[in-house]
Amino acid sequence: MSETMFEKIWQKHRVLDREDGQTLLYVDTHLLHDGGATAFDLLRGRGLKPRAPQRIFATPDHYVSTSSRKVEEIEDERHREMVEKLDRNTREYGIKQFGLGTPDQGIVHVMGPEQGLSQPGILLVCGDSHTSTHGAVGALAFGIGSTEVAHVLATQTLWQRKPKTMRINIDGALGDQVTGKDVILAIIAKIGAAGGTGHVLEYTGSAIRGLSMEGRLTLCNMSIEGGGRAGMVAPDDTTYQYLAGKPYAPQGAAWDAALDRWRALPSDADARFDAEVSLDGTALQPMVTWGNSPEDALPIDGRIPDPAGAVDAERREQMARMLAYMGLTAGTPLAEVAVDRVFIGSCTNSRIEDMRAAAAVARGRKVAASVRAWVVPGSERVKKQAEAEGLHEIFRAAGFDWREPGCSMCLGTNGDIAQPGERVASTSNRNFMGRQGPGARTHLLSPAMAAAAAITGHFTDVRRLLAGEA
Amino acid sequence: MEAFRTLDAVAVPLPRPNIDTDQIIPARFLSRPREVDHTQFLFHDARRLPDGTQNPDFNLNKDAWRNARIVVAGRNFACGSSRESAVWALFDAGFRVAIAPSFGDIFRNNGMKNGLLPVMLPAEVVEAIIAQVEADPGARIQVDLPAQTVTAPDGSVHGFEVDPFAKHCLLEGLDEIGLTQSYEEEIAAFERRFGRENMR
Repeated sequence: MSETMFEKIWQKHRVLDREDGQTLLYVDTHLLHDGGATAFDLLRGRGLKPRAPQRIFATPDHYVSTSSRKVEEIEDERHREMVEKLDRNTREYGIKQFGLGTPDQGIVHVMGPEQGLSQPGILLVCGDSHTSTHGAVGALAFGIGSTEVAHVLATQTLWQRKPKTMRINIDGALGDQVTGKDVILAIIAKIGAAGGTGHVLEYTGSAIRGLSMEGRLTLCNMSIEGGGRAGMVAPDDTTYQYLAGKPYAPQGAAWDAALDRWRALPSDADARFDAEVSLDGTALQPMVTWGNSPEDALPIDGRIPDPAGAVDAERREQMARMLAYMGLTAGTPLAEVAVDRVFIGSCTNSRIEDMRAAAAVARGRKVAASVRAWVVPGSERVKKQAEAEGLHEIFRAAGFDWREPGCSMCLGTNGDIAQPGERVASTSNRNFMGRQGPGARTHLLSPAMAAAAAITGHFTDVRRLLAGEA
Repeated sequence: MEAFRTLDAVAVPLPRPNIDTDQIIPARFLSRPREVDHTQFLFHDARRLPDGTQNPDFNLNKDAWRNARIVVAGRNFACGSSRESAVWALFDAGFRVAIAPSFGDIFRNNGMKNGLLPVMLPAEVVEAIIAQVEADPGARIQVDLPAQTVTAPDGSVHGFEVDPFAKHCLLEGLDEIGLTQSYEEEIAAFERRFGRENMR
């Protein structure tokens, strides 16, 4: 029997198959955040309650302030209510919440792995598209809408039609300062923003094996930006070392039993995928996006592309529209584009390794006078660890604002937004029009590249900055 | 959920690829509960100029398309965020069908569970339909879910695929929770088996 890792996990969670092709899947772990009040309203409206509260874990992230840890200090009444509702709903139904102001609160996709809730072989869902993040540990994890959240709350199951599989293989050692973020931006630039639609992506190859757990989490996080519902990396020693000792990871004999199960998870050598893509890891460079889709990414030594060179009229029109929105001129070297703000954070890039990478660039340097730069750690745990290492002092000395954990400027639901026309170098996941506020211009890049842009005031090849050439 | 069978309605073209759910409803409106009429949030920023006035060039603002109930869009429509309010905004504004060469997966699921039918047609067919509704603003399209067909303004008929389960739920206006509960025995049996190794 030759199966992909996805198929093995799918098979294990099948409650039943209907003749019409739908499968009812059992959900191991359901994560909640403060944007999920609607699902509880739906549940209450039907007189239902969560079927398996012990399988649900919650933390507020979308609406929390990044300048205070007190609920009552959230200025906007609607935002405050969202955080309060999560607190009330989890208390009412006996759901574990890592609440605001407690040592384990954080962005839900940072909290899950660091608590050891995200585990190999499980089916994990959350009402957020970046749930694909958790596939980095070898889980099947995907985002769902609020009607589906209500369904999972009520039944602990979900109806799904079996998706297709796509293997994305990257061999070769990654160069200096080429990170998980650069790898996923390069993948999306190659396959397109809809390239993975209808597929579960599995990332394989020596470049992927060489990524740290944090790098893999970043990689899988943005699977959705390539259209993939889920992204996964087979568990290996990197995964096991990361998970060992985490609060919710199995302990003792249960850990050994789990390891035996996890080691059988990787796709069989002769497993067949519905689609295959490959990239050369040695050719990848630090990337920066220029347009309004994550597929619009270029190596840092690139120039803003010319719509005249577009493959067809539709793309030409789209490129012209994006350049106008982004306030960019075709032919300009990316390294000459000045930035107004820098945001280092989000479920994509706010883990301890991201903090270290950015701090290594900030150390002994100063943020350009024209730039307002923020660092928003992904969780209280990340913040505490970073502070234990003195990273916050490095950031502050350089002129970065060191803030409290939450989603913050990635999508601005808590009010952390850029002004119209402001150009933001952002380690987040979406450069959509208006994503970081009406008229805001978002460029996606890695934490080290974002820190380099903060220092020089424009996009900069961080390798050149560190070598003293920029 | 409101049931859907057939629709004969004006179709508005949004001929752009990758229209994401952040454009359909900007993030600052996501804290509004479902009871609030979401019509006001639909393409909130796209339909306005920087000074806050209506953008006369945005198709939803044009008289011929004010009563549109079908949107015909470019590839990868409603990609991005899982926000179900993207469906609510379209639904509250009267839309019941979205036609595109491809959709964001989560939006497609959300639509089917909220009475908004996503119809995937080949890119060249969508292009042709967009050309027809642009040439004749206010032109109507007929969508027949039981027959799984779309009739374009020029009379051409195009079949589309739809998940049989989702079709059944949409035709009957069924909500899945009730249906799933009818499988209680199977779920409970699965839990007993599964729970031994996968306790929380």
